[in-house]
Amino acid sequence: MSTPDSTGHFGAFGGRFVPEALVAALDELTVAFEKAQADKAFQAELAGLLSSYTGRPTPITEAKRFSRHAGGARVLLKREDLNHTGSHKINNVLGQALLTREMGKTRVIAETGAGQHGVATATAAALLDLDCVVYMGEEDTQRQALNVARMRLLGAEVIPVTQGSRTLKDAINEAMRDWVTNVDTTHYLLGTVAGPHPFPLMVREFHRVIGDEARQQVLDLTGALPAAVAACVGGGSNAIGIFAAFIDDADVQLFGFEAGGDGVDTGRHAATLTGGSPGVLHGARSYLLQDEMGQTIASHSISAGLDYPGVGPEHAYLHETGRATYRPITDTQAMDAFALLCRTEGIIPAIESAHALAGALDVGKELGPDAVVLVNLSGRGDKDVDTAAKWFNVVSDDEIVASARATVEEPPQDSSGEGW
Amino acid sequence: MSTLSEVLAAARAEGRAALIGYLPAGYPTVEDGAAAMTAMVEAGVDIIEVGLPYSDPLMDGPTIQAAVEVALQRRTSTEDVVSTVREVAKTGAPTLVMSYWNPVQRYGVRRFADELAGAGGAGVITPDLTPDEAGEWLGATDATGLDRIFLVAPSSTEARLRYTADHCRGFVYAASTMGVTGARASVGDAADRLVARTRAVTDLPVCVGLGVSDGAQAAEVASFADGVIVGSAFVRRLLDAPSAAAGRDAVAQLAGELAEGVRRGRRA
Repeated sequence: MSTPDSTGHFGAFGGRFVPEALVAALDELTVAFEKAQADKAFQAELAGLLSSYTGRPTPITEAKRFSRHAGGARVLLKREDLNHTGSHKINNVLGQALLTREMGKTRVIAETGAGQHGVATATAAALLDLDCVVYMGEEDTQRQALNVARMRLLGAEVIPVTQGSRTLKDAINEAMRDWVTNVDTTHYLLGTVAGPHPFPLMVREFHRVIGDEARQQVLDLTGALPAAVAACVGGGSNAIGIFAAFIDDADVQLFGFEAGGDGVDTGRHAATLTGGSPGVLHGARSYLLQDEMGQTIASHSISAGLDYPGVGPEHAYLHETGRATYRPITDTQAMDAFALLCRTEGIIPAIESAHALAGALDVGKELGPDAVVLVNLSGRGDKDVDTAAKWFNVVSDDEIVASARATVEEPPQDSSGEGW
Repeated sequence: MSTLSEVLAAARAEGRAALIGYLPAGYPTVEDGAAAMTAMVEAGVDIIEVGLPYSDPLMDGPTIQAAVEVALQRRTSTEDVVSTVREVAKTGAPTLVMSYWNPVQRYGVRRFADELAGAGGAGVITPDLTPDEAGEWLGATDATGLDRIFLVAPSSTEARLRYTADHCRGFVYAASTMGVTGARASVGDAADRLVARTRAVTDLPVCVGLGVSDGAQAAEVASFADGVIVGSAFVRRLLDAPSAAAGRDAVAQLAGELAEGVRRGRRA
């Protein structure tokens, strides 16, 4: 399978819908990426970082107690949550940060929603001595104050975006505006498989390691390929990363689980493929949530990382060709699966990944006993503890607010010394 | 020859650059926006660009974004854009639409071209559509006779300049600097160089946009370009006006200043 074509098209999707001013930079990036793919020294350096810095290969864990709720299917978790910085995002970030250096650029910019990609980018920038600016919707900076602090501790400048809906899509717009202005010195370190060519291809290739590892690990453990692979889909980077190794295995079913929010029929969701339509957003033709005039509609999800009204073009292609199946998972379904994994396996998943877990429970029941379902556990849930605590009423809003305020306002020297 | 080409040729015959003014449709309202554009023509703007409000305008700076957000909150539609064009075209000035690509695709590429041509529109500027992805658009503009204006940038290679200019009709839009729309203290040498590089590959007029905000800058750009495109500075006048009538007066005053500038900057 040789998708995309040389100009970045996955069937009718992908391509480049960008200002001419960015075409030269995208061409430069394409050349640098292709060169790096064939460059043994580059690949060795990236592989070295992935093992000694990120902690790869990540294991697979058989979720035996969780599996009892999946119709007796065997649920295997690909543990991307165990990566440095807490999610799969670091795979792509390290690859692009090395490319930035290869291109002779000294500054990276990134967009972030929940903060995971921003934290990963700030991390790589610190490691490789790059200036780093992260654009984050103002609303998200308020919801994810802790990740703003993490990025600043790592030396990044975080710029709250006050335009438009003040969320992830507006952060991408603002990063694009910065890029077009500073493209001589700056690389836009895009965090998902969306955007203009070569981003969907390049980000897929940097995340392919997830699927390559998992495919062999499942073969080693079970002696066969899995019946199904499940992943959550916002922009779709972790899903493409794990799908990539299985796309040519026609007997392996691929499932992408989108954020269904309050339910697709309520209109408050982020299920782009299920509830959206074809169009152009952020530099590529794909599916998006849009009104009858082509204006982007705001998405809704309990998971900030899936709260995006677009999706990568390769997912649109896999959706239209039927190679992968995309289904919505509501906030409630995701949080039920979140709780189940916590209680049965002692793993607190990212709420994004909980969408894949919820979907896997259904897929397991459909496939029946002993079917192997491989789930990409794309991130850990540390960042989601306050959201989950509110959802489950583990602590009250007032307590969380008071605690957060105390943490922020109390001078460090006055805080008590316990804890580590 | 299209009306757009005629007006550009007439300005060239006078030894001056044409003045092209931008406002988004629907700000402050559809009717008042059209009236402001009409006032701009009466005060000396040669060609009008009607912006189609879009939720994700990644080539635009904060000034245009602010007006567009208001237009969208008031649910300005593609039909409103077409009706604005119809109103402004009555002045006789060539009337263009500037639109990001998704609203055109969503409306229907052929339907959009047909309705725009039917309303007397002269052409369309597409800031995020390059000829690479423009197959359907080339067909629709050929069928309707609309001029299609693509952008070139300081970063464009010579091959890209040639490729882009070969697909343009009416004029080539030279983005003066690397960046987004908005007033700048200086437009700089980059624009001059880009215009010269573009002229080397095409006989089409080359008009310069991004950053021009006053008569002195208009004169400077007019000394080397076939047209001077001003957007954010007009929008700023509307944003700052206490009433629609005051806004009309303010954009007309700026149009007069800029029109004087493009005449002062006649090529030596």
